[in-house]
Amino acid sequence: MATVSVTNISKTYPNGAQAVHPASFSIADGELIVLVGPSGCGKSTLLRMVAGLEDITEGELRIGDRVVNEVEPAERDIAMVFQNYALYPHMTVAKNMAYGLKNRGTSKGDIDAKVREAAEMLDLNAYLDRRPSQLSGGQRQRVAMGRAIVRDPALFLFDEPLSNLDAKLRNQMRIEIRALQRRLGTTAMYVTHDQVEAMTMADRIFVLNAGRIEQIGTPSEIYRKPASTFVASFMGAPPMNLLTATTDGSGNAQVGDLSIPVAAGSHAGAVHLGIRPEEVTVTAGGGVPFQLGLIEELGASRLLHGKIAGQDFTVNAPNDDAGLADTLSLDLPTSSLHLFDGATGQRL
Amino acid sequence: MKRAGFRTISLPMLLLLPQLVIIGIFFYWPAGWAIQSSFYLQDPFGFGSTYVGAENYTRLAGSSEYRKVAWFTLIYTALVTFLSLGIALLLAVKADKVIRGAKTYRTLLMWVYAVAPPVAGFLGLMFFDQNVGPITEFLAGLGWDFKLGVNSFDTATAMVMVAVWKQIPVNFIFFLSGLQSIPRSVREAAMIDNKSGTQRFWDITFPLLAPTAFFLLIINITYALFDTFGVVDTLIKGEPGNNPITLVYMVFRDGFRGGDLGGSSAQSVVLMVLVLILTIFQFRLLERRIHYT
Repeated sequence: MATVSVTNISKTYPNGAQAVHPASFSIADGELIVLVGPSGCGKSTLLRMVAGLEDITEGELRIGDRVVNEVEPAERDIAMVFQNYALYPHMTVAKNMAYGLKNRGTSKGDIDAKVREAAEMLDLNAYLDRRPSQLSGGQRQRVAMGRAIVRDPALFLFDEPLSNLDAKLRNQMRIEIRALQRRLGTTAMYVTHDQVEAMTMADRIFVLNAGRIEQIGTPSEIYRKPASTFVASFMGAPPMNLLTATTDGSGNAQVGDLSIPVAAGSHAGAVHLGIRPEEVTVTAGGGVPFQLGLIEELGASRLLHGKIAGQDFTVNAPNDDAGLADTLSLDLPTSSLHLFDGATGQRL
Repeated sequence: MKRAGFRTISLPMLLLLPQLVIIGIFFYWPAGWAIQSSFYLQDPFGFGSTYVGAENYTRLAGSSEYRKVAWFTLIYTALVTFLSLGIALLLAVKADKVIRGAKTYRTLLMWVYAVAPPVAGFLGLMFFDQNVGPITEFLAGLGWDFKLGVNSFDTATAMVMVAVWKQIPVNFIFFLSGLQSIPRSVREAAMIDNKSGTQRFWDITFPLLAPTAFFLLIINITYALFDTFGVVDTLIKGEPGNNPITLVYMVFRDGFRGGDLGGSSAQSVVLMVLVLILTIFQFRLLERRIHYT
């Protein structure tokens, strides 16, 4: 159990490529933070730097009170769960879990007790004498978790631990990991490219893009107040609609020939006008005209894909089995509209 | 799964024929001949032979020279196998860590593989030459008066060194590819679990290399027993005299130099049985070869 504080940490490869731009943040004791972003955004590199599997080019990393930049991975008091589990194939489940403890000079009695406790927690009792090859994907995932838990580390590191599992198992494990982490109260960093995992598991989300942290915030902050068009379009399924528009600074945004009312007096110039598909409603008339294209049925609701003034737009409408005309009228509530700078994509 | 089969026996036989003919001519026929002639005493000039029963074998069993050669072969095989595997493993582990210029480094290490055994022996001759050999000079500097072909211990040392040198690249290639097939994340997980690199090697890396090592062990034993003939022959310059020789070389010497075809046949039959045992052992191992997936 520990806090993590990172000061201006960065990673530059010998060939000059900068994988992680200087970043500073701190993680509170017992907090679970999720690093999310598209592949190649540097989230795994950042995690591996914390683990000690990648060198830190510059900056300072503290776990607890200790600067650990130059400390061996085995001595950072961390435990990591890998995407492909990385179990030792020649060892039984029990030995896989015990290996880290054995090397830290834990007594045999203590090791047995801890392994049994972890196995109990993860429902692995019946498999302690099996080899990883005799286990299913979900069970291997649990063993990898067990190997991290028995160590009782200051910090858990998860590197896309669920991406090799099927969808159903993934949802189940997501909840289990979260519950377990809460129960143990261990600080955790969790890397994923899946924004649903990020939203559901995180105390705070770090959204990364091209080696930079775009935004840090609670899931609700990220969802309600995305800091940039990148965050807005990355988080949320379906993503936020973004319309290219021009504002006149007096509460009016021009999208093509259409005029949409926005919060007055803010900004004049090129903007991206953002609105979540679920905050748009279909009205009887008098709203923004919307040319309907494809309809995706989701069961409880349906996604209406189409165009507003020639620009792609999606509406998440309740599924009431009503027939829909080719052109609909939409209500875009002013309070739900987000404005982003037309050039930089930053929130206005 | 349904297996496709032939309706008649003639077509599969026809398809197998070339292989069967080759095995028949080059293996069963000579092997049969060897077994047969091991029960005869051959006239050295080829004028005839006399049936002597198991005499060739009993003579072999009673021969102190045969026992001496067998003993030397055993030690030689053990040394060559152990050293070539050990050194190759060490080199592979080091090469695996090289990042810059890795390809050049590996190619250089594999080069020796292309050298034929007699050529290797000849290179050995030059290295160990009494007057100009750099290794002889080096050893002289250490106070070792190295005499290839005169002192039997020195000759044996040279034989082991050349044979090992020749075999290292093969082992190296296998060990290196074995090392590279170990998932990176498994090694990283081990780095988090254990701070000692040496311990990690013995606890994680080596067990995962075991299938490769088993396979190489058999290959190397076979190599040391049989394929080092060229090395032995060149290093002792075809003059066995008081020099140490291996069992295979003794078959050659007694049969083709000494003209004792019967005795030499008996020796090859013994070797054949040895190979058979080794092969069975190898198949058993390969069958049970541990697959960790």
